[in-house]
Amino acid sequence: MSKEELAKIEENDTEDVLLVSDEIAVKVDDVSILFNLNKEGVDSFKEYMIKLLKRQLHYDEFWALTDVSFELKKGERLGILGLNGAGKSTLLKTIAGVLKPYKGSVTVKGVIAPLLELGAGFDGQYTGKENIFLYGSVMGYSREFIASKYDEIVKFSELQKFIDVPLKNYSSGMKARLGFAIATAVEPEVLILDEVLSVGDAKFRAKSEKKVRSMFSKGVTVLFVSHSVDQVKSICNKAILLEHGKIIAQGTTDEVCAIYEEKTSKSLEAQMKDAVKDLNKVKNKIAKINKTAAETGEAVSAKVVKDVQVKVDDINREIGKAAPAAEEGDT
Amino acid sequence: MDTMDKVSFTEKGKGSIKNLKKYKNLLVELVRKNIKLQYRGSILGLFWTCLQPLLTMVVLSFVFSMIFGKNSVANYPVYLLTGRLLFDFYSGSTKKAMRSIRGNASIIKKVYVPKYAYPFSNIVSTFITFAISLIDLVVVIAFFNIFIPGKAIYITPCVLLAIIPIIVLAVLSTGVGFILATLQVFFRDVEYLYDVFCLLLFYMTPIVYTVDKLKLGSAAIVLKANPLYGIITAFRACVTGQTGLAGQKGLEATYGPGHLTKMFHLAVNTMTSWTFVYATIFAFVALGIGILVFKKKQDKFILHI
Repeated sequence: MSKEELAKIEENDTEDVLLVSDEIAVKVDDVSILFNLNKEGVDSFKEYMIKLLKRQLHYDEFWALTDVSFELKKGERLGILGLNGAGKSTLLKTIAGVLKPYKGSVTVKGVIAPLLELGAGFDGQYTGKENIFLYGSVMGYSREFIASKYDEIVKFSELQKFIDVPLKNYSSGMKARLGFAIATAVEPEVLILDEVLSVGDAKFRAKSEKKVRSMFSKGVTVLFVSHSVDQVKSICNKAILLEHGKIIAQGTTDEVCAIYEEKTSKSLEAQMKDAVKDLNKVKNKIAKINKTAAETGEAVSAKVVKDVQVKVDDINREIGKAAPAAEEGDT
Repeated sequence: MDTMDKVSFTEKGKGSIKNLKKYKNLLVELVRKNIKLQYRGSILGLFWTCLQPLLTMVVLSFVFSMIFGKNSVANYPVYLLTGRLLFDFYSGSTKKAMRSIRGNASIIKKVYVPKYAYPFSNIVSTFITFAISLIDLVVVIAFFNIFIPGKAIYITPCVLLAIIPIIVLAVLSTGVGFILATLQVFFRDVEYLYDVFCLLLFYMTPIVYTVDKLKLGSAAIVLKANPLYGIITAFRACVTGQTGLAGQKGLEATYGPGHLTKMFHLAVNTMTSWTFVYATIFAFVALGIGILVFKKKQDKFILHI
């Protein structure tokens, strides 16, 4: 890549133009995902038969996603927000094809580069070079194609010296670098990001961010999961908010982010209120004990006093922790 | 700059042919990996593929010729080796296929990969090492022909017919491998149970003994219900003529006029006998069930591994 081109990309960076076309790139249609959560894992045949005969073989059904629908045009960037366990990762895995929807369908046009779990297809005994070819094949590329990209991958990962060393001797940062280099060696049309913009050390992070940004400027469709509202605002033009597997808000980034922030601050407020309620309960109890002690003239045992004090300290600490977080959420 | 053909997989799972084409390289890479890593770190490397069966043959023929007495079967080590090579392929490939889904759980959980690639690549890689280990058979037969002239085994063009029992064996292993791979995802017990089962199977297959030596009576039906019995017997009939059956014993030594015709008749007779026909049907039924079960359950794997 020439300097001029690089400069052009950087220019694009700052402008951050969205190249949206009318073509639909990702279509998620009424997708529902059902998990069977069996409380005690039945994975032995004996257990299975016994439970089957005793008719204890019932599962707890858990809808990880219910009736999720959205469409993305080519070049659009979607932010996916939600608290832990809202179904964000499940949604990404469904789009990437790892999970099959129980109901509904997912349609993706073009090459997907899932930057999820970098290096999941690596083998520890294989060298870096062998792993490039293995991982490429896991992503569905031909050997010739990987060979044509090989030099680029090695150069980008900065692992020239270690490329013939078995992967088990790599540090986790090196593995992530290699995984990132392979996953981004293609020119993907759909990019799935799960907060992996932080790969390796600061230097490599800057490099990988630049690479991702350069893909943005080429009009790639992006699905981005993050807890950071700022990141979502800076990258995406659309967003959805998930709660308990349902889309509860959908629209422009600003609208959805506002709702998300309100939600998070509300949930923190609720936690704080609970803590205060607990504290008041304990205080009332202390007052009661003191009262009875005064009335009967009995001395309160040292142990009880100590126990109560410990509990009060616990709650105070909890409130101390929650307060700054709530403030953050409010702003 | 993008040389890759842009596949638009509108619906994964459907359009299996397209999928197969796209992931052909994955299959090749996995087979390559299995073979490369099997002996990595050992000094003799892939040479062990040949050395190991040879050494076990020496041990087993020493032990069992002490038990059965000498001259129970002419060229006993050759008889032992043919049985063991085929049995090792069957047990090795099915066991590896069985463990392949759980063994690659970390990948299957995170990236989309066609799941059949894992059991199937294990069958293929074991088949390749099996094919390499057939060199042993050539070496041992040559050894007997050169150094023990009285008991020479004459290789006839009939040996080419051995491809038929080998194909049946590969079909059987693939079918059983797919069934076990599916079962093992849902019940881990299968893994341990099958290890014991393979030990039982080893003694239920005429590998160290010949069938006519056993006084089984009506219990022989249990032995003949084992599809490996028909396959191994057919393989031996094609290669060495040692079927181990009464009336046909010692054919390997009857070299002379009409030997080729005799060998040919033996091979054809064995392969049209009901034991081999039964084994063939068994193998293809197993393959059908294996593919069906695997296909039906593969989307549930991720929830259990």
